[in-house]
Amino acid sequence: MIELRDVTRRYDEGPPALDDISVSIAPGEAVAILGPSGSGKSTLLNLVAGLDHPTTGTVTVDGVRVDRLGEAASARYRRARIGLIFQFFNLLDDLTVADNVLLPAQLAGTGRADAERRAADLLARLGVSRHADAYPGRLSGGERQRVAVARALMNNPALLLADEPTGALDTASGEEVRKLLTELHADGQTIILVTHDLTLATACATRTIRLLDGRVTADGRVTADGRVTADGRDYAAGSGR
Amino acid sequence: MSALGRVVRSGVARRRVPTIVTVLVVMVAVTSAVLGASLAVASRGPFERAFQQHHGAHLAARIDAAKATPAQLAGTATAAGVAAVAGPFPLATVSAGSGRFRMPPMEVAGRGTPGSAVDELTLTRGRWATGPGEIVLAVNGRFDGPLLTTGEELTLDDVPGNPVVTVVGFARSITRTADAWAQPGQVTAWQTAQSASQNQNQSETAGRAGYQMLYRLTAAGTQAQVEAGTEAIAAGLPAGALTGATSWLAVRRDVVGDTVLLIPFLIAFGLLGVVMAVLIVGNVIAGAVASATRRIGILKALGFTPGQVVRAYVMQALIPAAAGAVLGLGTGYLSTLPVITKTNDLYGTTDRGTAPWVGVLVVAGILAVVALTAWAAAARAGRLRTVDALAVGRTPRAGRGRWASRLAGRIPLLSRPVSLGLAYPFTRPMRSAGMIAAIAFGAASVTFAVGLATSLSRIDEVEDIAAVQVTAPAERPVTAPAERPEPGAEPPGADPPRAEPPGAQDGPPAISDPAKVAAAINAQPGTSGYLGTARTEVTTPGATGQLTAMGLTGPDASRYYRMVSGRWLRGPGEIVVATPFLTATGKKVGDQVTLTSKGSEGRDIPVRIVGEAFNIDEDGMQILTDQATLGLTPEAYYITVKDGTDIDEYAAALSTALEPLGAVADQVDHDPPEMLVLIDALAALLTVLLVVVAGLGVLNTVVLETRDRVHDLGVHKALGMTPRQTIAMVISSVVLTGLAGGVAGVAVGVLVQRTVLGAMGRGTGFTLPASVVDAYGPGVVLLLAVGGLVIAVTGALLPAGWAARTRTVTALRTE
Repeated sequence: MIELRDVTRRYDEGPPALDDISVSIAPGEAVAILGPSGSGKSTLLNLVAGLDHPTTGTVTVDGVRVDRLGEAASARYRRARIGLIFQFFNLLDDLTVADNVLLPAQLAGTGRADAERRAADLLARLGVSRHADAYPGRLSGGERQRVAVARALMNNPALLLADEPTGALDTASGEEVRKLLTELHADGQTIILVTHDLTLATACATRTIRLLDGRVTADGRVTADGRVTADGRDYAAGSGR
Repeated sequence: MSALGRVVRSGVARRRVPTIVTVLVVMVAVTSAVLGASLAVASRGPFERAFQQHHGAHLAARIDAAKATPAQLAGTATAAGVAAVAGPFPLATVSAGSGRFRMPPMEVAGRGTPGSAVDELTLTRGRWATGPGEIVLAVNGRFDGPLLTTGEELTLDDVPGNPVVTVVGFARSITRTADAWAQPGQVTAWQTAQSASQNQNQSETAGRAGYQMLYRLTAAGTQAQVEAGTEAIAAGLPAGALTGATSWLAVRRDVVGDTVLLIPFLIAFGLLGVVMAVLIVGNVIAGAVASATRRIGILKALGFTPGQVVRAYVMQALIPAAAGAVLGLGTGYLSTLPVITKTNDLYGTTDRGTAPWVGVLVVAGILAVVALTAWAAAARAGRLRTVDALAVGRTPRAGRGRWASRLAGRIPLLSRPVSLGLAYPFTRPMRSAGMIAAIAFGAASVTFAVGLATSLSRIDEVEDIAAVQVTAPAERPVTAPAERPEPGAEPPGADPPRAEPPGAQDGPPAISDPAKVAAAINAQPGTSGYLGTARTEVTTPGATGQLTAMGLTGPDASRYYRMVSGRWLRGPGEIVVATPFLTATGKKVGDQVTLTSKGSEGRDIPVRIVGEAFNIDEDGMQILTDQATLGLTPEAYYITVKDGTDIDEYAAALSTALEPLGAVADQVDHDPPEMLVLIDALAALLTVLLVVVAGLGVLNTVVLETRDRVHDLGVHKALGMTPRQTIAMVISSVVLTGLAGGVAGVAVGVLVQRTVLGAMGRGTGFTLPASVVDAYGPGVVLLLAVGGLVIAVTGALLPAGWAARTRTVTALRTE
């Protein structure tokens, strides 16, 4: 379903953010991209989302060459296939919670009644429907991220991309989001999760890809007891190698 | 480089759009201000300045050489009221022509050199006539045109022997004292030959031998003062020696024409340029500094004092502003050159350009506004607590404008990007107010400029309705005033206006059989209507000196004048006058006055003032009446033709029909005066410049807005907003502000136009008719109001495109 082949992304001078990596992700997988700051995690996510283009290499999602899409086509691609969750929520402060959630559907031209019904369902499912008419500024961090997840799911995306979704949350709120992502994956949602939090990765993902300096250093599976294994060996949290 | 210097340098270099906009806005503002100031300066009495510069003659007297000796003429220098004298110059009237054309009789004065204590001539082309057979023609006179160039040989038909003269140059006399000049000996030789021939043949077409005397008077501001001077001079000469005199007042009236109302218009335009430039520059600078609040917060966090912050931002504003001012000064001076050249050409002034102090004043003023505005905006930001400056720098205050967002989201049929854009101005009310102000300034200036230009053209346009004029061709040299054509165009062959010489006949030849001429006009296919005019001089109690009374006849008469109050003439015994007449005589519409007609041996004619018209001729002292009131016979007819009539064919056919009646029909020349054309062009240029400044102000504001919103734009794009939708959102975000600014600007523009026109009317003593004041029809108002929207959308296009092109990942990274 998702295939990055020989991808390099270079910004100006200096070492590449991603250095000739190749990764494949199957439908229904929940993959955690792990690595320290500057390892290239967010760059990989941006390439899959069509927010950025590789310097070399190809990015294919569901047969679509995302690396070849122009701005308008990549916008339509995101509307149709991608749900994005950001570390700092990126909710629009001047829109109500309901309006924030409705926005992707409205941009896609979905009928108002259908969109409102879908938004109400999502807000109820994520436990924030009582805040539908409130503005994001009045919500807790956990509630904001739930709203952001609802917005990301609004167009029924085949792929949910989450960039440090608990990075700006306190422990309790982080736990809420963790459970939410686990539930979504259990329902069959394909997820790519960027994080440096191994606990989150092992809780939500079935597979982990570890990056360092733009290269894949490990590609492992999460066992039922929460361990990460690759090539038959356990990986310690944060070891990176 | 100090920390402050580095901050200033990076602020100028890195914030390219505000820097470029500041350069452009200040450049255009300085250009507008210099142009406006030069308009005001150019309109400040160009004729009077030229008259002073060339020691113009208050009086050009014609003397019968047979009745006064040179010694007697020299004695007039001591006459009461005479300040300076030049002459006697021998004067001859000759008819000249070449193989290609014939010229009407012209007066040639004999002068050894162009220089003189009175009426100093300016040689504009070629050289002065230094020997026999050489002649210098007057520019801006009857013989100045493409047909004649230096080197042209002319044959003098009415001088025995038909001598040939060569045109060696062209010269300008500010008071138009002659049609041509030659060496005194040459002119005397022609006089002598003509006199001898006249004695033999009793020729009536040749001029009598005479002298020209030029006088400057100690007081010559009014007709009465000039007449007093003329009488004092005549008193020192033998009876009948003074055969004619030209007053500088008549020449001035002819040259200055309608500029009595033009001057306040020009001053208003000039001030408009300066004021609007200042307002828009202030708005742009304030916006640029206000948008840097977060940067100011960072500087303060790093240890900058509020004073250093203020200095940094004043410098950041002044550097591009100074560059713009220098550029603007250059373009301003260049754009004023056509005005100066044309003024010099038309009036004979010797201005070389706008005075340097104007440029210095404009640049200093604009830079002071920039510094003051930057100081005020930076001081406000500098006083903010650092944490607040960091917090409020980029994101709107929470809670603002949410109602608008909610409301816009509920509007059916609006796409979400459009409704998001429409709601945006309410989230940043202060910024939006600044943008509305920028648009309103632009819309107001365009509205005001359009209104002034419309009013200006309407002052003249009614008099332009005649297509054809009918006159009786002169069979004698015309020596009396033809004046400004009334209404319509100059009768062919008319002289410059001359003051009344004692005993001279006045007015162009009258139509010999007016009834038949009128019948012929009526019978001519294509005739729509006509106006017959005749003029005479009258006096009336309360008004000083002779007044011109226009005797009118024909169905078109009322179409040539716009009424201010009362009604138009219905028959003899009624008059219509302009406001200055009512002011001078202390009368009002409905009052009775007595006209003393000079043509009827001082007969008193009681008349009633039935209406007040807008009529700027004779400085508003002209009297309009039915021709039967004064027993006048028409001197000219002005004809309007039906739509679709070929005017050339009509005039030719009418001429044929009128030939047995001794009258000719000519097409009326509707070309507006050159100066008016130039001023209209400059006013249009000034308007365009102001619109550009307003557009740049909007561009600056929208760029700042878009920059501020770039992160939100990134979020929208991440959620699937296409570039087209992004453009729609950004454009929509200026629609309401554009409309609000347009409507407010039009209201202000109309208000200012009416206020200024009222003041101009009061200042010049005229009451302007509604058709001049009401310059805006509903369609124009609507167009002008939408103009605000156009300015806003045009200003937003660039940043909208920029927002659409910005890569989503870049926008998302921007905090």
